[in-house]
Amino acid sequence: MAALFRHVTSPLIDNNPVTLQILGICSALAVTTSLATAITMSIALTVVLCLSSGIISAIRHHIPPVIRLIVQITIISSLVIVIDEFLRAYAFEISRELSIFVGLIVTNCLVLGRAEAFAMRNPVVPSVLDGLGNGLGYSLILVVVGSIRELLGAGTLLGYVILPTVENGGWFEPLSLMQLAPSAFFIIGLLIWAIRTRWTKQIEAPKFALKQRQARS
Amino acid sequence: MDRSSNPVRAFLDRPNDDRVKVFGVAVIVAFVCAVVVSTASVMLKPLQDAHLEAERGARMEAMLDTLPGMRDLMEEVGVTALEMRMVDLQTGEFLSDIDPATYDPQAAAADPEQGVGIPADQDTARLRRRAPYAPVHLLERDGELLMIVLPVEGTGYQSVIRAMLALESDLNTIAALTILSQDETPGLGSRIEDPQWQAQWPGKQVADADGNIVIEVVRGSASGPHEIDGISGATLTAQGVAGMVTYWMGPHGYGPFLERLEREGI
Repeated sequence: MAALFRHVTSPLIDNNPVTLQILGICSALAVTTSLATAITMSIALTVVLCLSSGIISAIRHHIPPVIRLIVQITIISSLVIVIDEFLRAYAFEISRELSIFVGLIVTNCLVLGRAEAFAMRNPVVPSVLDGLGNGLGYSLILVVVGSIRELLGAGTLLGYVILPTVENGGWFEPLSLMQLAPSAFFIIGLLIWAIRTRWTKQIEAPKFALKQRQARS
Repeated sequence: MDRSSNPVRAFLDRPNDDRVKVFGVAVIVAFVCAVVVSTASVMLKPLQDAHLEAERGARMEAMLDTLPGMRDLMEEVGVTALEMRMVDLQTGEFLSDIDPATYDPQAAAADPEQGVGIPADQDTARLRRRAPYAPVHLLERDGELLMIVLPVEGTGYQSVIRAMLALESDLNTIAALTILSQDETPGLGSRIEDPQWQAQWPGKQVADADGNIVIEVVRGSASGPHEIDGISGATLTAQGVAGMVTYWMGPHGYGPFLERLEREGI
C-alpha cells in the first residue's frame, strides 16, 4: 500500500515532472498567465494522464512493440480531443482562453513519457497512480507559477482583486513582464533553484548532466 | 470452450510480433478511438453551438455598449435591441417575406441555387460566393436612420473572419467594427479581436469625397481619416479585414442598399 502511495507522492517534489524531469515546459509557459487557466490545464492534463496510463497499461501485453508509439499517441490524442470537446461544451470561456494548448497536450512530452516509461511496463493500478502523481506534480508547478504571474502581473487571484492596481485607484503597479512567457521561465528557474537548495540530492553532477538527459524529449 | 477455438482469445494469444496481430491491434485501436471521438463530437455539438451563438449575441451587445451614447439613444427611441431587416443585396430593397432571425447567409452562399458568385476583380474579401440577401440591424427614429449595423465576412490569412460593421447615419463614417469570429494564428492574426485594435475604426471614413472606397490598413502609423494601423506579424489578416470592409461597402456588397437608403431613406 505504501509502495503504491509512493507513486503518487514521489512525483510531487522528489521526481517532479517539470522541475526535475523538465517535461511539459511548453504548456507551463503558455497557460500560466492566470490561475484559472493554469488550474483548468492541470485538471485536463491530469485526467488525460491518468486515463492514458490506465488504458495503455491495461492493453500493454497486446501492444506490438513495432507500433507501440503509434498506438500510444492514438489513444492519447483521442482522449485529448474528447477532453477538448467537453471543455468547449461545458467550460466555453476557459476553452477559448486555453485555445490551442489543450490540443497541445498531445505533444506534451510528459504524457507520452509516462506512457512509455511507466505504463508500458507496470500493472493498471500503479500506472494510474503514477499518472495521477505526475499530473499532480505538474499541476503543483502550474498553480504556483500561475499564482505568482497572476498576482504580480494583474494584482488578482482567480479574478479577485488582491493588490488593487494603480489603474483602478489602488497602489499596485502591475509587472507587465509577468504576463509574458519569459517570466514563466524565470519563475520555474527560481523554483528549481529553491527545490534543489532544499533537497540537495536533486542536484545533478554537471559532468554527467548532459548525457543523462539526452534520451528525454 | 477450448482456448484456441475462441477467435478473440486466439487473436490475443498471438505473439506481439505477428503480422496479423500488429495489423489487428492497429485497426482495433483506431476503430475504438474513432468511435469515441466521433460520439463525443456529435453529442456535444449542440451545447458548443449554443455557446458560440450566445457569444455572437454578447459581442453584438458589447459593440452597442462601446458606441458612445448608443444606449441612451436606444432608450430614447424606446427599444432594447436593434431592429433586424432582410436586405436584397442586388436591388437594395428590404424584403419582408424572410425572417432575418432564422436566415443563414453561410448556407445560402454555399447553396448552388441561391448563392451568388462574386466577380474576381471585385472580390477583395476573397469569398468567391455570397448569399443573395443579408440580415442588417438598424436603429431608426420616426423614419430617420440613426445607426446601421451590417454583418460582413471575408478571408483573412487562414480563416473566414466574420464581423459586424456599424455605420453612422451618414452611411460613410464607421461607428464600430467588431469581430464576431475568426480562426487566425493565435497571438498574431487573432489580435484583430483586441479592443485596442478595433478602437481605431470608429470615426474613419470608408469613402472619400468622390465616393471612391479608399479605406485601407497601412503598415507603420496610420494618418488621415481613411487609414488603419496594421498589426505587425499579421499583415495579411489586417489586410483581409480591410478587404472585407472594401468589398461589403462596394457595389457588389451593400453598395446598392446604402445608395438607396441615402436616396430614399428607410
